[in-house]
Amino acid sequence: MAAYDWSEDVFEAMRGREIATVATVPDGGLTRLLKRCEADAGTRVITLTTEEEGVGVLAGLWLGGQRAMMALQSSGVGNCINALGYARTLRAPCLMLVTMRGQWGEFNPWQVPMGQATRPVLEAMGVKGFPVDRAEEVGETFAAAADLAFQGDFAAAVLISQRIIGAKGFGK
Amino acid sequence: MSGSNLIRRRELVTALLARREGALVVPGLGSPTWDCFAAGDSPEYLYSWGGMGLAVPTALGVALARPERRVLALTGDGADGHRQPRRGRRANLAILVLDNESFGETGRQSGLTGAGTDLCGIARGAGIQETLTVTALDQLDALAELMFHTSGPTFAAAKIALTEEPWALPEKDGAVIARRFRGTLGL
Repeated sequence: MAAYDWSEDVFEAMRGREIATVATVPDGGLTRLLKRCEADAGTRVITLTTEEEGVGVLAGLWLGGQRAMMALQSSGVGNCINALGYARTLRAPCLMLVTMRGQWGEFNPWQVPMGQATRPVLEAMGVKGFPVDRAEEVGETFAAAADLAFQGDFAAAVLISQRIIGAKGFGK
Repeated sequence: MSGSNLIRRRELVTALLARREGALVVPGLGSPTWDCFAAGDSPEYLYSWGGMGLAVPTALGVALARPERRVLALTGDGADGHRQPRRGRRANLAILVLDNESFGETGRQSGLTGAGTDLCGIARGAGIQETLTVTALDQLDALAELMFHTSGPTFAAAKIALTEEPWALPEKDGAVIARRFRGTLGL
């Protein structure tokens, strides 16, 4: 059975909410969504050198009146910790779509420390976590997180389980 | 130290901002923010007391959201002077690094530009064609031209002296600063 494609649901939720920019350091699980965004003339993809820059770019777009989101791997959340305090102090919305590593069936032990710390770290910085482990529920979870973020000027992160993405392996 | 750091930062910032002609300004945390406030308060300045490294990314976001407005990121060599908008992105963004070759805010420890890091070279490598190194106030016309009257991303580094300036502390509440700034854009 083909895996359910949640990226289309997220893209539709983005369009319905005028989220027209995605700032990203890409991850395998984000490929379809990012390609969908790149193919859309009305959506801007900004490639970052490090994830923390994305917190500034999102704040700047909001300051200028546009909605944006970040798409990143859970390891990149670690690169954002101090920057998340910036969004919180400005009380700027900060919406993150995070694909998890180091979690469900992870083969690479180097991914486990940050993967396991992702949600506690986000919550320590005041980011509301929206974990989701069923592909069919990613779109509605993303929509709920986006509404919370943009209606209330909060930071929110959708955490897409590695159970959905699929644990990687080296040919085994 | 290169020995070329002679410009007084407050003089330069005050003279430059007097010629900004409606450009929005995103000063980095600490001294660039105090410099802007000392030059005269404006709701078009997004003051910051924290968020090291985020002035240029934030200014990029503002510039992308508001292509009709010029946006100036004013930062330091120790904060995020090395960050550039990505290659090929045509943001209406000017970046000015106040370069004293030191971490002035934290005790004047040596910075990287005094040891040979070339900020204008980094900018050109990131695809910003128009760059300028400013070593004296008599370059103000050229600097204002590059910052405010050139389209697309531009970059300048000003060799400022390591000076002790009087405190000039603006509003501290980030939520207030942000909403005041948005208010100038009708948001």
